[in-house]
Amino acid sequence: MQSNPASSLEKSKPGFTLPRLSRKWAPYIFIAPAVILFLLFMVYPIIYSFLLSLQKQNEDGDLVWNGIANYQRLLGDAKFFQALGNTVLILVIQVPIQLTLAMILAVWLNSKYLRGRGFFRAVYFLPAITALAAVSVIFRILFQENSGFINYLLTTIGLPRINWFRDPFANQLLLLLAITWRWTGYNMVIYLSGLQSIPGDLYEAAAVDGASRTAQFFRITFPLMQPVILFTTIFSTIGTLQIFDESYLLTQGGPNDATLTVGFYLYRTAFRQANFPYASTIAYGLLVLIVILSVIQFRFGGDRED
Amino acid sequence: MLGQSQTRTKTKSLNRQTHVEAAGYVGERGAGQVITRSLMYVVLVIGAVVSLFPFYYMFSAATHTSSEVLALPPNLLPSTHIFDNINKLIKDVHFDEAARNSLVIAIMFTAITVTISSLAGYAFAKFRFKGSGLIFSIFLATLMIPAQVTYVPLFKLMTAEGNPFGINLLGSYWAVLLPGLASPFGIFLMRQSMKNFPDDLLEAGRIDGAGEFEMFWRLVLPVMRPSLAALAIFMFMTQWNSFFWPLVVQVQTIPTAIGALSGSSIIDYGGIMTGTSLSVLPILVVFLFLQREFISGALAGSVKG
Repeated sequence: MQSNPASSLEKSKPGFTLPRLSRKWAPYIFIAPAVILFLLFMVYPIIYSFLLSLQKQNEDGDLVWNGIANYQRLLGDAKFFQALGNTVLILVIQVPIQLTLAMILAVWLNSKYLRGRGFFRAVYFLPAITALAAVSVIFRILFQENSGFINYLLTTIGLPRINWFRDPFANQLLLLLAITWRWTGYNMVIYLSGLQSIPGDLYEAAAVDGASRTAQFFRITFPLMQPVILFTTIFSTIGTLQIFDESYLLTQGGPNDATLTVGFYLYRTAFRQANFPYASTIAYGLLVLIVILSVIQFRFGGDRED
Repeated sequence: MLGQSQTRTKTKSLNRQTHVEAAGYVGERGAGQVITRSLMYVVLVIGAVVSLFPFYYMFSAATHTSSEVLALPPNLLPSTHIFDNINKLIKDVHFDEAARNSLVIAIMFTAITVTISSLAGYAFAKFRFKGSGLIFSIFLATLMIPAQVTYVPLFKLMTAEGNPFGINLLGSYWAVLLPGLASPFGIFLMRQSMKNFPDDLLEAGRIDGAGEFEMFWRLVLPVMRPSLAALAIFMFMTQWNSFFWPLVVQVQTIPTAIGALSGSSIIDYGGIMTGTSLSVLPILVVFLFLQREFISGALAGSVKG
């Protein structure tokens, strides 16, 4: 007799009575917890936040409608644009460096001649499991001005000490270094898995045709990896625009707000100045920016799969 | 048995994958290649040192007193003050309480999100029902929305004036937990894995008269164990590491305790490195044993389906 795998249900009678669910109602009941929580803690806040961005608090502490005045204020807010500038600086400098590094490492680790691939993969991925708060604090101590290990290294090889926390440029560099350390391995692992799905025959055929390794990369690897690269670019963009922990704990906004990020500015506005309406406006400014950047990246990245 | 045959096909496909994996670049051979390859190793080893050194420094500094951490030249060898540091952390910032909060919150968060995500993911993968496409798209769309948009309303919801029940949730576990429980990422990941479950088995179960929940519990979930493990690890790590939200709703966890330490006027460098070590260590240990699950959690988002 053909054994029906589902008949194992018959044999293992449940120790407790499970509610009997008809096929018609089952999906609704299955999604109900997710949908209810989602409506309460995602949909409602998104809508309420927008309404809040159109209000202001009057002298009595009551919220009153304020039209688009908050948005007008945002467009003229030098601090917001400074924070945005700092964040975009990370975006245009750090993200390309990090993704290029990740790609180089992934291509190397994908080579069949390399020994210790598993070891290198694990070691490079390790920073990605570390709490951002921990990373921030470790880097703060490593880069400490007078007795930090990095400045000690610099002076031993005859270079001058760097004022990582008082020099605005060095402060930005420090933030870039910490973020690169934290995220490169994560992106490398994503690229590596993408590379492994490219059939080896393609490279063999190309080698027979006399294509150099560089040519193989730009003719085979790069085009086939485009969807993955697009994903990591969008992911890094959204992540970068939301940076908070590092700005708050590692540089504390930096000298003259040199490393103040939009996320930190929003936190200051909302939870230190208790200006909830304007904080919501900043959040919506950020949302618009993320949507615009993602659309641009989709256009240029060409979503080839759909 | 169902579980076994599934495992077997899985192993087979894994073997195939390693075969494909083994094929990398095919390039010219000879002296040039030896030099290139040696250079590659040198760079990879330097990279590995850069990757690992902060961890080593942290663990080593955790055993030093504050003044030992700041000594010049730096002393990179472990010392003996780890227990003094831990005791001071407990006295100064109630680190034991923070650790307990972190652990309880992360475990509760993991259990609830994995349950909710797998139920919803299963419904989206295996049922056609009114509005399923639309609801799923709305879930996915919010992945693009920055979390910042929701912070202020969520904070207000947690205060007594901001919710209809007049309950002040600030400082409680629920304030930390509630906002993240319906995770679009988790639902997406579960839907992707559940799609692979054979429809024939579900049909056979229905013919045998099994209830829908019974099938989900006894047929589907056991097979989904690897995906559940990956999701659970991802969720645990996310919650364990999270800093911003516990800070806002005023619950002391390990990351916010570290934040408090680093914000005080006299910083205890040995103590703070002990705190970060205790934050990193549990995740590190799990990572060493369950690397594959960690990495598939990280990859889940990048795989389209």
